[in-house]
This record gives sequence, structure tokens and C-alpha cells, in this order.
Amino acid sequence: MLLRIIVAIVLTIALQIVGVAGLPRLGLYLIVYLIIGYDILWKALQGIFYGRVFDENFLMAVATVGAFALAIYEKSGDYLEAIAVMLFYQIGEFFQSYAVGKSRRDIAALMDIRPDYANIERDGKIVKVDPDDVEVGQTIILMPGEKVPIDGVVEAGDSSLDTSALTGESIPREVGRGDEVVSGSINISGLLKVRTTKEFGESAVSRILELVEDAASRKSKSESFISRFARVYTPAVCYGALAVAILPPLFMILFCGSPFDFATFETWVYRALVFLVISCPCALVVSIPLSFFAGIGGASREGILVKGGNVLETLSKVKRVVFDKTGTLTEGVFQVNAYHDPSDHDLKESKARLLEYAAMAESSSTHPIAKSLLRAYGRKVDRSRISDLHEISGHGVIAVIDGMRIAVGNEKLMVDQGVEPCHCHTAGTIVHLSIDGRYAGHIVLGDVVKPTSAAAITDLRRSGVDRTVMLTGDAPAVAEQVATRLGIDEVYSRLLPADKVARLEEIMGAPGNGMTAYVGDGINDAPVLSRADLGIAMGALGSDAAIEAADVVLMDDDPSKIGKAIRISRKCLRIVWENIIMAIGIKGVCLILSVFGIVNMWLAIFADVGVMILAVLNAIRAMRVKRS
Amino acid sequence: MKKTYKIEVDCANCANLVEEAASKVAGVKELSISFMTQKMKITFEEDADIDRVIADIAKTARKIEPDFEIKD
Repeated sequence: MLLRIIVAIVLTIALQIVGVAGLPRLGLYLIVYLIIGYDILWKALQGIFYGRVFDENFLMAVATVGAFALAIYEKSGDYLEAIAVMLFYQIGEFFQSYAVGKSRRDIAALMDIRPDYANIERDGKIVKVDPDDVEVGQTIILMPGEKVPIDGVVEAGDSSLDTSALTGESIPREVGRGDEVVSGSINISGLLKVRTTKEFGESAVSRILELVEDAASRKSKSESFISRFARVYTPAVCYGALAVAILPPLFMILFCGSPFDFATFETWVYRALVFLVISCPCALVVSIPLSFFAGIGGASREGILVKGGNVLETLSKVKRVVFDKTGTLTEGVFQVNAYHDPSDHDLKESKARLLEYAAMAESSSTHPIAKSLLRAYGRKVDRSRISDLHEISGHGVIAVIDGMRIAVGNEKLMVDQGVEPCHCHTAGTIVHLSIDGRYAGHIVLGDVVKPTSAAAITDLRRSGVDRTVMLTGDAPAVAEQVATRLGIDEVYSRLLPADKVARLEEIMGAPGNGMTAYVGDGINDAPVLSRADLGIAMGALGSDAAIEAADVVLMDDDPSKIGKAIRISRKCLRIVWENIIMAIGIKGVCLILSVFGIVNMWLAIFADVGVMILAVLNAIRAMRVKRS
Repeated sequence: MKKTYKIEVDCANCANLVEEAASKVAGVKELSISFMTQKMKITFEEDADIDRVIADIAKTARKIEPDFEIKD
């Protein structure tokens, strides 16, 4: 193509200098014209043959053949215009396919985290195999610099992993024996042996890729608007051009007494051709999907997976954000905040003893609170000291430790044991203890608020979100405390999952414009995620239900990504509208001017190709995301 | 039965037009073309002969965009 363009330019200039007259002149110009435009003519012919006129090829063919015909008729020998139009059109097309192709590759590269192979050990040698062929439980070997192909657990070796392709997080993560590794991250420093825990198809990297690839096929409203628009627009301008060519001269013949010959029609036919050249809808049709694609690409580089152009559109209109508490605004991991004696005062010396009994009693439980107590205890539990242990679900644990009968659990358990617990006034989850039937005190556990949560809420407010709500199953005291600390407007506590849906619907139904987003970690709130105008799932690499139900998936657990996602979407939509207005505006003005003969063929080509190039360059901007 | 194919299509408008026409090919339940990723996703009808459907789609597409190509 580039070669054809160069040859055509050289020949055109040569013809200008040499200057041939008469029939040979026409012949030579025709040859140049065919060199540059044969494929367009051929496609236009095919279009007519298949009963599908009115596309760009048809427009260009009619305009240039028309210009040629006029030049022949006028005997002016000015064939340059037809060739120039075709030449510029082809240069424009060439540039467009280059620019679009390049940005497509750039964006695709941002998202390209697909591993090509996995190393396994076979007969003492390391061989590369297709990741699809690796079975669950097989050991794979990761050299420094290689991508983790499959999710797994480190068996041997220490290294740091670059997870930036997955989460946008730039600080490497240290891993050692027993740590989980997520596919798609890059092994930076050491050699690792990893036992796979999933098949390739089920691994994080495959699921993300599938999601992103699907995203591009979910069209936004503006995209479908433009393709519908183009379907009506192209025939409309063709008839418009026909009208320009026929109606004004007819009018002059009928009412102004102009002679009925071709001279009357001539200028108007030329103007109609100019009209046709301007009208090509390429700028819109190319730049709008490109803007959305670039926006989705830019977001995914930040660890924000957006499921489609339509989602990006909704995201830009979000005005209300509803949060789940545990795991979303808080870490979902409990921390011991206080130790209290039976009269609700802080314990000093004996708190280690209290924690020790609690931890030992809870040592065989898998409840998050039990795990948190064990973590706080921090030592290995000496099981020989425990002689009898049974768990009462929903209440707590009763165990015999060092010969003493220890009960650890909630208020109900204490009452059942005939012990009067004290009512603690500190907000948090309370674990009571009794020793040999006497109340010994309680431990206050609190969920840790994520370090970025408060900033995330402020950020959302700055981005124009006017209502923030927190929904939680926790007790009101805890919920209020977290909400006040973070600056959240409203709190609803003690909600069951079904209540959350009802609350959300209430918020969505409230008067006012804008969309409602729900942010959750995807654990038991998938119904709420799918009910909201926009479901945002957090740290959802582990949960299939969340990925399925959500529209936006944040790959790390950082709530400040929500504000960023909204800003990316607004920027993208702004670019889309800029392009729509610019393209339709410039073309509209030029179309009107062309009717009055103010715009010639050269300007017409700019209106077409120039606008398209500007629109494409503008669209690519959507990919760039400000780092903050 | 869902399948994704790599395709080659040069212009965004053609991709739209091809998508519209190819969705109507017999044996196709759902079809979407992404110009940006150059991919075509097809959900076939239960009893469709996939090779035939693909051949039909290719034929339909070439009427609209002569450069249209389905790879692998």
C-alpha cells in the first residue's frame, strides 16, 4: 500500500512537470488513478453487484469517477483533482489502519499476560510444556524472569514476584515455601518450585484474559448508536448529494430561465461530489470503539477490569456508592483491640493468660475469630494440656485445659453455663471467658479498617459521588464506628444477605439522577452485586461467583481504585463525546459550505481524512491514566 | 457450543456490517465481532454443523468486506 502511494505521488508530480496534452494525457492520468485506486473501484463494483451500495468505497468511487468525467467533459485536462482525492483518501486509510492497528497492539500488549509455557521436571531434565497439559498437583519450575503460568503453592525456594500486570501494584511481593502464587505474575529473583493447585483454564490468568476479551464484544450504547447512525447516515448523504446535483439546477431552469444543458448542472455536480467526499462517516465509526477499547485497556493496566464499553458508560454516571463492610472497607481480618476484666476494666498483667486460654480452646476451630485469636497468641498450642474439647456451633467452645473447665464464646454461651457476663461498652466483637464456672473477663476484637479506605471515600466525594452508604451484617456499634471514621453518610447494620438486596433497591429507587454502584468482596453478596446498576467486586481473583456477577473487578483489595475507575470512565466518555461533536460538527459545517460552493475538493478531503486522524489520536488518549 | 475465532477485518464499519449479516446465518445463535481484538465469538445452535456454518459466515462476510478472513 505504501509503495502504491509513493509510486502514485511520484508519477503525479512527474506528470505535472512533463506536461502532456490531449489523449495521451488522459491515458497517463488514468493509469496513475488506477494504480492508486483500483481496489476501491473494485470494492465499489462488488458492493453494487451484491446490492450493497452506499459505503465508503462507493462514495469515493463516485466522487473520483465523477471528477474525471467532469474534467473530460470540460476538456480542461484537470485530472489532478480526481487523483488527489483518491490519493489523500488512500493515505488517510493507510494512516488509519496503521494508527488503529498500532494502538490495538499497544492496548492488547497491556493486557497480554498469557504465559506460553510451563517448565516441568521430567527424568531429571527441565522441559517446557504447554500449560494446558499440566495437571493439578504437578510441580512446575519457575526461573527468574519467567511468568507464573498456573496458580499454585511454593514448595521450595524464595523469590519476589512482580504482580503489577495483575493488580497494578508496583511493589514486588516476597514469597517463600507455603505461599500462594498467582498466575500472570512474574518471578523476579529466585528459582521457585511450585505445586499447582488449579488447571490452566481455571487459573487467574486465563479467567482474566477471558474477561477482558469478552469486554470488547460488549458494546456500549454510544457504540451501537454510532453503528445505527452510520446505517442511516450513509444513504442519507448519498440522496443529499443527488439532491444537490439535481434540485438547484432544475430550480434555475424552471424559474430563472437558465438553458437546459449540462453547463447548468456542472457546478452543482461538482458540489455534490465534494459533498460526498466530506460525508464519509469513518471518523466516528473508528474512533468510538477505539476510545472504549483504550479506556478498558488503560483501566486494566491499573488492575481494574471493566467488563465492557456499556459498563464504562454506566461507571461514568455513578452518583451513589454502596459498600459492604467486611472485606471491602475493612481487611476482614480481626485484631485484638482490648482485654477486659469481669468489671469491664482494662487487664494488664493477666491478659496473656486470658489470651492463652482463649487461643487453646479455639485451637481446633476454623472460625475467623478463632484464627485471629490464634494469630494474636502467636505461639504453638501445646495440645497435651487440653484434655477435653467440644465446639458448640454458634456459641463457642468448652474445653478442659490444665484440669480447669474453660468456656470461650459469646454471651449466650456464658448464660448457658450459668455465668453472668458483663456487657462490654467497647465497639467490636466480644469473646467472653469463664474458668471453672466463674466469669474471667473478655477479649475485644476489631476488624481492621484498610489504610486506603478513608482516602477512597474522600476521593469519591471529590469525583462527584453524593451519597455513600455502608451495609453490614455486624452489630450497630461497630458499624457506626467504622462509618464515622471513614466519613460515610449512612449505615445499615445487622443485615442478612437478603436484607442487603432490599436496602440496595431502596437506595436505587431514591429520587435523583445517577447510577448506583455496589462494592463488595463477592463472598455471599453475589446477588447484591448483580442487582446493582453497577457491581464492583474486590480482590475477586478467588471467587468465581463474584467475577460472574460483577461488572467491574478490582484485582487487588484497594478501595481507592473505585474513584480511579470512575475518573477513567469519565475521561473515556468525554473523549467519545468530543469526537462525536467534533466529527459531526466539522462535517456538518463543511457539508453546508460545500452546497454553496465555498469548499472545494481539497478541503473536503481534509474534512474527511483530517477529522478522522484527529479523532483517532484523541481516542488513544483514553488509554493514558494519570498515576497518583 | 461457543467458539472464538481470530479474524482479519480492516475497517470498523465493515466489522459492524459483517456482524449484523453473519448473525443471521443459519446455525448461529449469537455472534459478536470485535474489531479491536480482531476476534469473532460465535455461539452455535445445538445441532449445527460447525464447519459448514463457518464456511457460510465466511461467504456472507466476503460479500460485504472482500478482505474479511477467518483464521484457524
